[in-house]
Amino acid sequence: MFDLTGMTALVTGASGGIGSAIATALAGQGARLAVSGSNVAKLDAFLAGLPGEGHVAVACDLSDAAAVDALVPRAVEALGGRLDILVNNAGVTRDNLAMRMKDEEWSTVLSVNLEAAFRLIRAAAKQMMKQRFGRVVSITSIVGTTGNPGQANYAASKAGLVGMSKALAQELASRNITVNCVAPGFISSAMTDALPEAQKAALTGRIPAGKLGAGDDIAAAVVYLASREAAYVTGQTLHVNGGMAMI
Amino acid sequence: MSDTAERVKKIVVEHLGVEAEKVTEDASFIDDLGADSLDIVELVMAFEEEFGVEIPDDAAEKIGTVKDAITYIDSNKA
Repeated sequence: MFDLTGMTALVTGASGGIGSAIATALAGQGARLAVSGSNVAKLDAFLAGLPGEGHVAVACDLSDAAAVDALVPRAVEALGGRLDILVNNAGVTRDNLAMRMKDEEWSTVLSVNLEAAFRLIRAAAKQMMKQRFGRVVSITSIVGTTGNPGQANYAASKAGLVGMSKALAQELASRNITVNCVAPGFISSAMTDALPEAQKAALTGRIPAGKLGAGDDIAAAVVYLASREAAYVTGQTLHVNGGMAMI
Repeated sequence: MSDTAERVKKIVVEHLGVEAEKVTEDASFIDDLGADSLDIVELVMAFEEEFGVEIPDDAAEKIGTVKDAITYIDSNKA
């Protein structure tokens, strides 16, 4: 089950915490990857540690619309003319209370998290339509459903991914292209590791599972939705949050 | 049959999986050849690629038959 041998995937933000777990898991299941990110040196180092062979790095600044439009064609070419899986993982935060939020903080988050994802799916859909097969998985967030003070921009972008995915799922279903989201809850990262113990305890107190999630928890959900076996699942958001919110 | 017509018909046959005899110049993509809106988008993209033309949305909307496609391409290709 969930064997991805013979499939190719583009993963954005692949050198980050959750992104690297996703890329590692997809490669571990046999997929050949194009990994994108803004830091080329970091990407190349990451690539060397991936299981399997034939992976490529494609640098891309997701706030640059022209570069984003070129990313999928570049990845398709580098992967030998096929793209089975697109994982929109890259995301940024510019947290601020709304009354203090600058236009630029709003637009940066919307353009990287939502608009770039749209541009990538639009380009990938062309390729996937020809193949009559495709899997699109976008990483959204629990805050896209619940909201979070200080994250009006981020929550809007993540909720936007969910709505957009449902529309695209309907447009593309007849071509065996599924479009889904994975919504992480609190995931352990360098950022959460640095939190004071009291704050960590308060965080975990809200999670029935009693602990933060790991990147691998998210990666497993992505592998499932990317697999051939998940063919009949589309337009869905899989919440991976230790029971913190049940939707 | 013109070169354009032949290439258009070949694309239509390939994309819609219909028999070549059905692809007459008067055939409507939707009514006669069973295309849906997504098929139309795919066909327009395939025409653009094959002939190096750009078919904007308002022009694409007016392409209902095989002949419409051939005429548009012949009058707009480089």
